[in-house]
Amino acid sequence: MVLAVWLLPLASFLILLAAGRRLGHRSGVVSSVLTGLTLPGVVALLAAAPAGTTRLAAWPWLGILGHGLSLGWLVDPLSVMMAGVVALVSTLVQVYSLAYMKGDRDFPVFFAEISLFTFAMQGLVFAPDLLQLFIFWELVGLCSYLLIGFWHTRPAAARAATKAFVVTRTGDLGLLAGILLLWSATGTLNIPRLLALAGSGALGGWVLTGSALLVFAGAVGKSAQFPLHTWLPDAMEGPTPISALIHAATMVAAGVYLVARMYPLFAASPTALEVVASIGALTALLAAGMGLVENELKRVVAYSTMSQLGYMMLGLGTGAYTAGLFQLFNHAFFKSLLFLAAGSVIHAADTHDLRRMGGLARRLPLSAPAFLAGALALGGIPPFSGFFSKDPIIAATAHQPALYAAALAGALLTSLYIFRAYFLVFAGTPRGEHPGGEGSSAMRGPLWILTVLSLGSGLAYHFFHRYLGRHPAAPYPVWSGSTWITLAVSGTGILLAWLLFANRPVERPRLAAPAHRLLAERFYLDQLYAGTIVRPILALSRAASWLDRRAVDGLVNGLARMVMSFGRGLRRVEVGRAQSYALAAFWGLALFILLLEGVR
Amino acid sequence: MPSLGDFLAVGAGLFVLGLFGALMKRTAVAVLMGIELMLNAANLNLVAFAAFSGRISGQIFALFVIALAAAEVAVGLAILLSLFRSRATVRMDDIDLLKG
Repeated sequence: MVLAVWLLPLASFLILLAAGRRLGHRSGVVSSVLTGLTLPGVVALLAAAPAGTTRLAAWPWLGILGHGLSLGWLVDPLSVMMAGVVALVSTLVQVYSLAYMKGDRDFPVFFAEISLFTFAMQGLVFAPDLLQLFIFWELVGLCSYLLIGFWHTRPAAARAATKAFVVTRTGDLGLLAGILLLWSATGTLNIPRLLALAGSGALGGWVLTGSALLVFAGAVGKSAQFPLHTWLPDAMEGPTPISALIHAATMVAAGVYLVARMYPLFAASPTALEVVASIGALTALLAAGMGLVENELKRVVAYSTMSQLGYMMLGLGTGAYTAGLFQLFNHAFFKSLLFLAAGSVIHAADTHDLRRMGGLARRLPLSAPAFLAGALALGGIPPFSGFFSKDPIIAATAHQPALYAAALAGALLTSLYIFRAYFLVFAGTPRGEHPGGEGSSAMRGPLWILTVLSLGSGLAYHFFHRYLGRHPAAPYPVWSGSTWITLAVSGTGILLAWLLFANRPVERPRLAAPAHRLLAERFYLDQLYAGTIVRPILALSRAASWLDRRAVDGLVNGLARMVMSFGRGLRRVEVGRAQSYALAAFWGLALFILLLEGVR
Repeated sequence: MPSLGDFLAVGAGLFVLGLFGALMKRTAVAVLMGIELMLNAANLNLVAFAAFSGRISGQIFALFVIALAAAEVAVGLAILLSLFRSRATVRMDDIDLLKG
């Protein structure tokens, strides 16, 4: 079962690699069908891995100093849940892409890369061993790079791809260091064994906290958490289905998944949990603020992704384990719904700019309600799915005033920015030429399915909690004392958005100008990184390059020039006349004989 | 009756003449002739040694050298001919492909 779920996308990748050009448009169908076939496999896994079980299969792969590195799979409720999300969203996004990417020159390449990504993501999800996890972790990073830069002839896309690659690598360095630290401390990379060690207290002190924080650094990079979040908005240069699959539903959630996978390690260290919660809360708040002033539709949704990932981290960090993961689960559906609906909008409006949209609800009779459903789910309005996960996360912070305030402010901003986008796009009168309408059935089908999931996935909270909660016996806190406050805050956000942005011809900066500027410039973090990291490194490279060209190359070239001038002097001896050589040979022989005679 | 030394002196003189021709003459044909002269100087020595020692091996050596000289002249002249065809000269000064 695992093998089918894991390797069918690989098979699809290999088929498209070998015959993609020849298959043409059919390559997308091959890939979609093969990925869709993994869905029954996930259902079977769900039955085969009931709550509380862990099935481990590992084969030795590399032996180092008597320790074996192994390759295999780990099937437990967490990995089955994540694999299900990946398989489902990947299938839907591929069906959507059949229409969205139609006519693109590199259509087969697109589907080959999506297949490779799906394979890598499933490999990451099922990894029983930190090294295997790291390998697939890097592989999904590679796919992300390839797909952000899919339209690589556009300089902005190429730049964004490089930025995403480099920034996430920075976090991965931490993850690698964490893995090495765990290896040197315990001599094993087997995840269940490591977690058992952490749980039993055999692993403790600074090693425990340090490795947890280093592993978290990898999650920060992958999940676009502060301060390594700068790559995600730029990653929107990729095709919209990629934004939905990789940069909303699955790959960016891998950071959250990693923290959840290593949760006993974090749970054993209060410091690590505190850091996770603080970073999460900070990201949730900052990203929501930046989303408020963004004028590109996809980037608004991207900031929303960062913010929601922050909520997941906040949930994990404050011990709301089930709620954090449930947020991942729900978010995967409503965020890919938002992205796919945004893709339809962009298709129809032929622009990314919110200020040039408006009044699109009549033209997009499916995408508009779909986007609305996604927005309500994101805003945490019952009975939409976000309510069932976000509210318990906020409630879990109630005893920590700073986190609670950040979470509530984030909730207010969340409904404000997403309904700002909704009203600017769909309400009012058109502010530009909108040539298109709703896409073909391949685009509408996934929208329908995801709308239903966004409406309904939250209602499965009971099953979800029983299936993979850490304390399934305790009730899942859907309704708590702070729920009314959260709802009031979210409702206020929607109301504010309606007052400020609905039925207005053109949007002016409505926040106080300096604050608006601060948000629009993304807190000047890009500039800060450019000034403190990128520019010094560039200067250093330039100095090294100068040194290399002048000093090192100078030495080598000087030696070569010396040899050449020596040769140029010697060549005068070579006159090219055979008789001269013969004369020299004669005198040489004569001298030789004389010498021999002399010796005798 | 001349002594062995007289024969050797004549041989040495012939050799020096041949050497001079091979090294100094301007035309390639004369160089070949000089080489022939040196070979024959060696032949003279070999025959003289054979006569004075009473053993036949020196004369057999000389016969081999004559056969070799014939072959060498054939090859040498063939090279000269093709050289003349391609470069229209047999002057040693003009044949300087080895010049560095």
